[in-house]
Amino acid sequence: MLDYIWLVPFLPLFGFVINGLFGSRLPRRVVGIIACSTVGLAFVISLTAFFVLPDQPVPDKVLYSWIKVGDFKADFAFQIDPLSIIMILIVSGVSFVIHIYSIGYMHGDPGYSRYFTYLNLFVCAMLLLVLANNFLMMYIGWEGVGLCSYLLIGFWYERKSAADAGKKAFIVTRIGDFGFALGIMYIFKTFGTIDISEVMHLAQGRFEVGAPILTAITLLLFLGAVGKSAQIPLYVWLPDAMEGPTPVSALIHAATMVTAGVYMIARCNMIYSLSPTSLMVVAVIGCATAIYAASIGLVQNDIKRVLAYSTISQLGYMFMACGVGAFAAGIFHLMTHAFFKALLFMGAGSVIHALAGEMDIRHMGGLRRYMPTTYMTFLIAALTIGGIFPFAGFFSKDEILWRAFEQNYILWAIGIITAAMTSFYIFRLVFRTFAGETRVEKEKLVHVHESPRVMTIPLVILGIMSVIGGLAGVAKAFPLLGTSRFFSEKLNILRFLEPVTGGHHAEGSEAVGLERWLMLASLLIALVGIYIAYQFYVRNPQLPKRLARSLRRTYKFVLNKYKVDELYDFLFVNPAKKFSVFLWRIWDDSIIDGIVNGTAGFFKVCGRIGRRVQTGYVQTYILLIIIGAVIIIWYCL
Amino acid sequence: MNPYGGFPLLSIIVFLPLVGALIILFINKKRVEPIRVIALLTSLVVFALSLPLFFNFDSSTHELQWVEKKPWIPQYGISYFVGVDGINLLLVLLTTFTSVLAILSSWKAITERVKEYMILMLLLETGMLGIFVSLDLFLFYIFWETMLIPMYFLIGIWGGPRKVYAAVKFFLYTMAGSVLMLVGILWLYHIGGGTTFNLFELLKVPLTGHQQLWLFLGFFLAFAIKIPMFPFHTWLPDAHVEAPTAGSVILAGVLLKMGVYGFLRFCLPLFPDASVEFMPIISVLAIIGIIYGALVSMVQPDLKRLVAFSSVSHLGFCVLGIFAFNLLGIQGSILQMVNHGLSTGALFLLVGMIYERRHTRMIADFGGLSKVLPLFAAFFGIVTLSSIGLPGLNGFVGEFLILVGSFLYRPLYAILAATGIVLAAVYMLWMFQRVMYGELDKPENRALKDLSLREITVMVPIIALIFFIGVFPRPFLRRMEASVQHLILQVESKKSQEPLYVEKMRERIKEFFLNNEASTD
Repeated sequence: MLDYIWLVPFLPLFGFVINGLFGSRLPRRVVGIIACSTVGLAFVISLTAFFVLPDQPVPDKVLYSWIKVGDFKADFAFQIDPLSIIMILIVSGVSFVIHIYSIGYMHGDPGYSRYFTYLNLFVCAMLLLVLANNFLMMYIGWEGVGLCSYLLIGFWYERKSAADAGKKAFIVTRIGDFGFALGIMYIFKTFGTIDISEVMHLAQGRFEVGAPILTAITLLLFLGAVGKSAQIPLYVWLPDAMEGPTPVSALIHAATMVTAGVYMIARCNMIYSLSPTSLMVVAVIGCATAIYAASIGLVQNDIKRVLAYSTISQLGYMFMACGVGAFAAGIFHLMTHAFFKALLFMGAGSVIHALAGEMDIRHMGGLRRYMPTTYMTFLIAALTIGGIFPFAGFFSKDEILWRAFEQNYILWAIGIITAAMTSFYIFRLVFRTFAGETRVEKEKLVHVHESPRVMTIPLVILGIMSVIGGLAGVAKAFPLLGTSRFFSEKLNILRFLEPVTGGHHAEGSEAVGLERWLMLASLLIALVGIYIAYQFYVRNPQLPKRLARSLRRTYKFVLNKYKVDELYDFLFVNPAKKFSVFLWRIWDDSIIDGIVNGTAGFFKVCGRIGRRVQTGYVQTYILLIIIGAVIIIWYCL
Repeated sequence: MNPYGGFPLLSIIVFLPLVGALIILFINKKRVEPIRVIALLTSLVVFALSLPLFFNFDSSTHELQWVEKKPWIPQYGISYFVGVDGINLLLVLLTTFTSVLAILSSWKAITERVKEYMILMLLLETGMLGIFVSLDLFLFYIFWETMLIPMYFLIGIWGGPRKVYAAVKFFLYTMAGSVLMLVGILWLYHIGGGTTFNLFELLKVPLTGHQQLWLFLGFFLAFAIKIPMFPFHTWLPDAHVEAPTAGSVILAGVLLKMGVYGFLRFCLPLFPDASVEFMPIISVLAIIGIIYGALVSMVQPDLKRLVAFSSVSHLGFCVLGIFAFNLLGIQGSILQMVNHGLSTGALFLLVGMIYERRHTRMIADFGGLSKVLPLFAAFFGIVTLSSIGLPGLNGFVGEFLILVGSFLYRPLYAILAATGIVLAAVYMLWMFQRVMYGELDKPENRALKDLSLREITVMVPIIALIFFIGVFPRPFLRRMEASVQHLILQVESKKSQEPLYVEKMRERIKEFFLNNEASTD
C-alpha cells in the first residue's frame, strides 16, 4: 500500500490537469465531482496508509532523480513516517470537506472551474510539501502552495484590492522563501546533502549543542516559516488574504498552508534541538505574535479579519510550542486548529453567503434564529478555540502552555493572557453575529436562510472533529482519562509522533498536581474572557462604545492594526520605488547613456572639426602642405 | 567523434539557412506567401537536423563530437573547424528552435519587404549557429561580425520610431567591444608563433600574467557588452524596444547568450589566471546587474522595456554562475541560458501578440485583459511564473543551481543575488496585475480577440519545454556534465602556481616608487 503513496499528491494533480484543460467546457457538476473525488481518494489512501504504517522506519519511496549535478542530488521522493502520515491525513481530510463545501459556496460563480482547478493544484502542492524527503522538493511544495494562495486570493481579480492582496501575499512570503532557499544552500554546503533524514542524522553526529552553523541554518529556515506562517514581522499579508473566497481562507489561510512553517520546524526538530538560540528565537517570535495578533483581533469589525488575526495568533502558539521543544504538541495544536479554524471560517462563510456578501459584524446579529446549524457549529468551534473542556482546543492548548510553563514562566504568562483574549474576541464574534436583536438591513433579512446541505454537512463533520479531536492528545495528568492506557498510549498523537519528534519524559507525581492546577487556571481564565464578552455585547452593549471613546487614541491605533502597513510602505516600499526611478532616470538615462552618447558625440565633434580642413580648395591644401613641411624641417633642425 | 561517419551534419545545419536565403533571393518579392513558407521550411528542417545532435549526443565524454576540420587559409593557419560538446550543444538547439519561432511570429507582423526580411533572418541564423560551433578563432570572429549586420538591418528597417538610433547604437556599441577582441585574437595568434588560430592549439600557448591580463580584458569587454553586463547594458533596452518582435526574440533568446558562451569557451580556458583573478570583480558586477536590472525593470511603463531590463537581471545570474567556477554554478548557468531564452523569448512573443492587436505596449493602456483573452492570460501567466523562477518550472532549476554554486564559492554573493529572486516576483507580478487583472475599463480593450491557431502553435512548444525542463532537467544537465567538469579541470591544471600577477604588479609599483625616492635622494 505504501508503494502507492505517490498517488496521494498525484490524484489532485490529475484533477488539476483535467479541470485546467477542459474545465471550462465541462458541465459544472462534472467539474465538482472530479475535484472532490480526486481529493477524497487521496484521503482514503492516506487513511489506509495510516493503518498499515509499520512500527519500523519505512524507506523513502523514490519516484525518479529530479536534479543531479556533481554531488548535488535532489530526488523526487516521498518520506513516510508518522509525521508525514498525520500531515497528509489532516491536509487531505480537511481539503476534502472544504472541497465539498465549496460546491455550495461557489455555485453560480462564473469562475467555477477555474476555482476548482486552483484548489486541486493547491492540495497537490501541499501534499508534496509534507511528503518531501528532501528540502528542495519541500521547496517545490512550499512555493507551489504560495502560488495557489496568490491565485486564489486574487481569484476575483477584477477587484483591485483582491489583486493587490494576492500580490502582497506572494511577495511577502517570498521574502521568507529567500531565507528558506539560503538555508537549503547552507545545508548543502555544510552536509553535502539535502536529504532531510540524512541531514538530521549527520547533524547529531557532527555538531555540538549550540554550534553557530546550525544556529545560522535554523534561523534561515525559520525565516521561511515566518513568511509562510505569517509571524512577526512578515504577518502583514494574511489579513489582506481574506479578499479570497471564504473556503480558500478556511483551507489555505487557516487549516493547511499557513501551518507549513510549523510542520517544517517539527520536521527539522533535531537540528533545532541542537541550537538553543534558534529555539529561543522561535519561542519568542511565536509568543509575541500570539499576543500581538490577538490584541488586534479584539477590535476588528470584519468577521473574516478577526478570524485572520486569530489564525496568526494561534500559529504563534504553535511556534511557541516548537520553541520550547514541544514539537509534537505543536503538531497536535496544528491538527485541532485545522478543525476548529476551518469550521469558524466556513461558518463565517455560511453567514456571508446568507447575507449576500456582508462581512461587517456591526450589520449582523440575531442570526441564530435563521441559521441554527451554522450557529451551533460556530458555537462549538468558538468553545474549542476558547479552550473550554472537553473540546479539542482545550487539550492541545494546555499541552503547549504546560510545556511552556516548564521552560519559562513569562512565556506561559503571555500564553495565558492570550488565551483570555482569544475567548473574548471569539465570543465577541459569536454574540455580535448570532445573539441579540438583528441589525441586518430589512431587505437583506428577507433572504437570510440556512445554507444548503452541501455546506452544512461539512460544518457538522468538522464540528464533530472539533469536539472529539482533543481525545487524540489527552495529557497524562488529566484526571481519569489520562490514566487510561487507551488514551495515553494507543490513541495518543504525541506518542505516535515520538519516532520523529523524540519523547518527553520527567513527569513526577508532583508535576502532575501542578499541571492539573494550570489546567484549571487556563479553563477559568477562558471562562472569564467569555464572561467579559457576554457583559460587553449582550448585557451591556453600551459599555464597549464608552470604553472605546474614553481610550480613543489607543482604540484607533489598534483598530488600524498598529499602522504597520503604513510603516512598511514608508520604510521599504516607497523608498524602493523612488530609488528605482532614480536609477532609471538619472543613473541609466543620464549618466551611463550620457557617457555612451557623449563618446559618440565626441567623435562627431572631432569629425566636424576635421571636416573643416577638407575645404576642396587647392590653396588650402598647399598651405597645409607648406605648414607641415615647415614643422618637419624645424623639427629636424 | 562523429557518429555519422564523415557526414558533415554540423556544416549542413550551419549553412542550410544560407541556402534558404539564396533560394528566396530568386523569388519575386511580390510573391510573399512562398517566401514565408520557404523561410519557415528552411528553419524547420534546420531544427529537425539539429535534433540528432541532442539525441545521439554521447554524454559520457567531454570530447568534441560531429567535428569537421579542414584547412581554409593554410598559410596563416586558419582552418574551418567546428564541433559540438556539452557546452555549446544546448545553445545550438536553442538557436535552431528560436529561429523557427521567430519566423513564425513574423507571419502577420511583417508585411513590408518580406523578402529582404526573411533573407536577413536566415542569414542571422547562419551567423548565430556559426558562432556557437566555431573552434577556430578566426572563423569565430567572422561569424561574430557577420551576425551583427542582419541584426542591424532588422532593427533599422523594421523597427519602431527610434529605430535608427537604436540600430546604430547597437552596432557601434558591440563593434567597439569586438574590435578589442580582434586585437586580442591577433595578439594571441602572434604570441602563439603566428601559425594557428585553432583554439585547442592556442590553449597550449604559455602566457605570462601580464599578457593574460590584457588579453582577458580585451575579450571580456566584447563579451560583457554583448551580454550585456552592467554598466554596458544601455544599448539593450533601446534595441529591444525598437526591434520588431522577432528581432527581440532572437536578441533575447540567442544573442545575449553569446557573451556568456564566450566566457566559457574562450576566457576561462585561455586565461585561467586572469579569470580567477577577476572572479570577485565580475561577480560583483553580475550581482549589481541582477539587482539593478530588477529595480529599474520595476518602474518601467513600457512592457518591452520592462522585459529588456529583466534580461539584464537574468543574465547577471548566468555570469554569476560561471564565475562561481564550480560544477553547479556553470551547469546552472548553461541551463539558465536556455531557460532565459525560452521564457524571455516567450515574453517578447506575447508582448508582440498584444502589440499587434492594440498597437501599444504601455502598461497603463491595459488592465483586466484576462476577461477577454483567457488563453493569452494562461500562457502569459505560465511564462511569468517561469521567469520568476517558480519551482517545478524551468527557471527555478537554473537559478537554484547557480545560487548554490555561488554559495559554495562565497555565501555573501549568493545572499545578495538571491534578493534578485524576491525582486523578480515584485516586478513581474506587478506588471502582470496591471496588464491582466483589474477591471476592463479601457473601451479599446473590450473587443480584443484571443490567440489564433498560429499563435497557439508558437506558444505551445515553449510552454511544453518550460514544464519539461522544470520537472525533468536531467537530460539537459547530463549532457553538459562531462564537458563542464573537463573545463574546470583544464583551468585548475593550467593555473600557474606562481604568485599572481596582480601581486607582482603591486610589487613592481612599490619598487617603482622606492626607486624614485632613491633617485630623488
